Amino acid sequence: MKVYVPMDSAAKALGAEDVVDALRAAAPEAEIVRTGSRGMIWLEPLVEVELDGVRLGFGPAEPSDVPGILDGSSAKALGPVEDLDWMKRQTRLTFARVGVIDPLSLSDYQAHGGLTGLRRALAMTGQEIVDEVKASGLRGRGGAGFPTGIKWQTVHDADAPQKYIVCNADEGDSATFADRMLMEGDPFTLIEGMAIAGIGVGATKGYVYLRSEYPDAIAVLSRAVEIARAEGLLGGDVLGSGRAFNMEIRKGAGAYVCGEETSLLNSLEGKRGVVRSKPPLPALEGFLGRPTVVNNVISLATVPVIFEKGAQFYADFGLGRSRGTVTLQIAGNVAQGGLFETAFGISLGEVVNDLGGGTASGRPVKAVQVGGPLGAYMPVSKFDTPLGYEEFDTAGGLIGHAGLTVFDDTTDMLGMARFAMEFCAVESCGKCTPCRIGAVRGVETIDRIAQGDADALPLLTDLCETMKDGSLCALGGFTPFPVMSALTHFPDDFARLKEAAE
Amino acid sequence: MAHPATVIDGEEIARIVDAHSALEGPLLPMLHALQEAFGHVPAQAHAPICDALNITRAELHGVITFYHDFREKPAGRHVLKICRAEACQSVGGAAVADALLAKLGLEWHGTTSDGAVTIEPVYCLGMCACGPAAMVDDRVVGRVDAAKLEKLLAEVGA
Ligand SMILES: Cc1cc2nc3c(=O)[nH]c(=O)nc-3n(C[C@H](O)[C@H](O)[C@H](O)COP(=O)(O)O)c2cc1C
Ligand code: SF4
Ligand code: FES
Repeated sequence: MKVYVPMDSAAKALGAEDVVDALRAAAPEAEIVRTGSRGMIWLEPLVEVELDGVRLGFGPAEPSDVPGILDGSSAKALGPVEDLDWMKRQTRLTFARVGVIDPLSLSDYQAHGGLTGLRRALAMTGQEIVDEVKASGLRGRGGAGFPTGIKWQTVHDADAPQKYIVCNADEGDSATFADRMLMEGDPFTLIEGMAIAGIGVGATKGYVYLRSEYPDAIAVLSRAVEIARAEGLLGGDVLGSGRAFNMEIRKGAGAYVCGEETSLLNSLEGKRGVVRSKPPLPALEGFLGRPTVVNNVISLATVPVIFEKGAQFYADFGLGRSRGTVTLQIAGNVAQGGLFETAFGISLGEVVNDLGGGTASGRPVKAVQVGGPLGAYMPVSKFDTPLGYEEFDTAGGLIGHAGLTVFDDTTDMLGMARFAMEFCAVESCGKCTPCRIGAVRGVETIDRIAQGDADALPLLTDLCETMKDGSLCALGGFTPFPVMSALTHFPDDFARLKEAAE
Repeated sequence: MAHPATVIDGEEIARIVDAHSALEGPLLPMLHALQEAFGHVPAQAHAPICDALNITRAELHGVITFYHDFREKPAGRHVLKICRAEACQSVGGAAVADALLAKLGLEWHGTTSDGAVTIEPVYCLGMCACGPAAMVDDRVVGRVDAAKLEKLLAEVGA
């Protein structure tokens, strides 16, 4: 008997290890395969039992469910996992293997299409590799949506004895966990993507800057790198091609701003994670002053499927200038939260109400914050906005790393605006005054509004303008998004207290 | 985590500094390794680090204080981090954290008087679809409430 249990840290956080212990005790002969998560976090721990080649799901599993899972009588039975609505409605390209394979089995990986892309890339010139990425339309999934192929071209064209691929695995935004799930559930995909990037632009060395808050991801990816070295996927002779690419994992140190690429590079160099002014672009003067590709985990992990299936295949999904798939992370007060990969173009309302099933509390949705702590609070009236970079921009928001946090009607939006300022103050790198000091003033100003001081409202608007215009990076520059969207769409939450005070 | 923090061994410091000096960008890995060994970055390590990397004490101090992770003094025997970020707030995380701090009579970053546990804020643990989230040492826990936190604290002896 073959049983699959996720070792994704969300599954573990919900009790997967206890379920595994119970399975081992009840069925010592069963083969237990640890996998990543399918992304249905509300069903975790999701146990799968393989019967005649079909994987039957049971979840959310508790140790007491184990006897029923083993004899098939459990009330938690979900039927074939692949037939679940959540799975059938997805286009899983980047996440095709996550939740399916043993993340640390290179043979499983190859049996599911792994390394096909790299083998193809190894037969191409650097320019052909860069052109393929350009043709796929892939844009950076870390937040800014910059075309990946164009970034690679700059590094490809730069003449330097040493270039680098740096993977941004700092994933500090609330509501985001796609990077984590990918690294824990299919780490070879990231390694393969970085190797293709390295071969493409002529970089022989890669670093993954991985946040310290993710000990499980660090452990899995580190082990995968060791395996990849031992198997000749990394090293002086990648898959026998005669070309070199190697990589290391570096642990972050708990600073949110180090997700910003230049701050990240300073941190990687062992400096304070202060943001650098651009130019020079990291693509020309990046790590240690050398040409460097900095890409998000999901951007790099999407490269293998582009090379496996072809750029056109990838580009055929999507909407407008947002090509391919978006890995939505549905989070917060939501009935069915998790990771859902789909072509760009799905509407916000469909994601929240249809996929997410509304709030977990059963109360009406009040707002959805899209794009992490620097993203806008979208009211229900904007639920028809399609998920696309330009479409969200037009609606006064941003997609960022595609995390969505659902809030119910008990949420105090003034409190959320205050938190946005507080977070900016705590995490500011300190380089620009509007961010460093402005965020502190922002908290104070919102406190005055809370105490009924209506004169403080225009001050807050002014302050947000100053932060927007006078900040070097998006931490100070975009904090006004959550603040102003809360104020604009939920003015009652800012006025209520004033009336009470009068 | 239970750190062997009491004795600061100069040879161990030298060994750690030496083991990392040849890396590209050696300082963060070095500080992490020192903290792993001693539970904090001991002051005795400052001079050897500065010598090995040819940086000033001011630069080193600047780096250590920039990052939330690095400690100049040991924490409690265990560290409980509670997520304060938006997704966890949306499911009542703030109230859970406030209640725990009040019960222990601590502020954020405070350590219980018996030295058992330090309570720290964290901004997202990637558990945003199963919040409120917390982390005890390196173990992540989802959907925490008062009872679950109490059980966790009891497990680590606080
Ligand atoms: C304050 C701040 C935090 C950021 N955090 C991250 C992060 O955690 N992960 C990430 O990939 N990009 C983050 N970014 C965006 C990066 O600066 C950069 O655009 C990205 O790593 C480029 O990779 P991509 O083109 O593949 O998206 C952040 C930006 C800012 C301003
Ligand atoms: S906006 Fe804030 S975080 Fe960004 S560079 Fe300026 S001070 Fe640093
Ligand atoms: S917001 Fe708390 S775990 Fe992400």
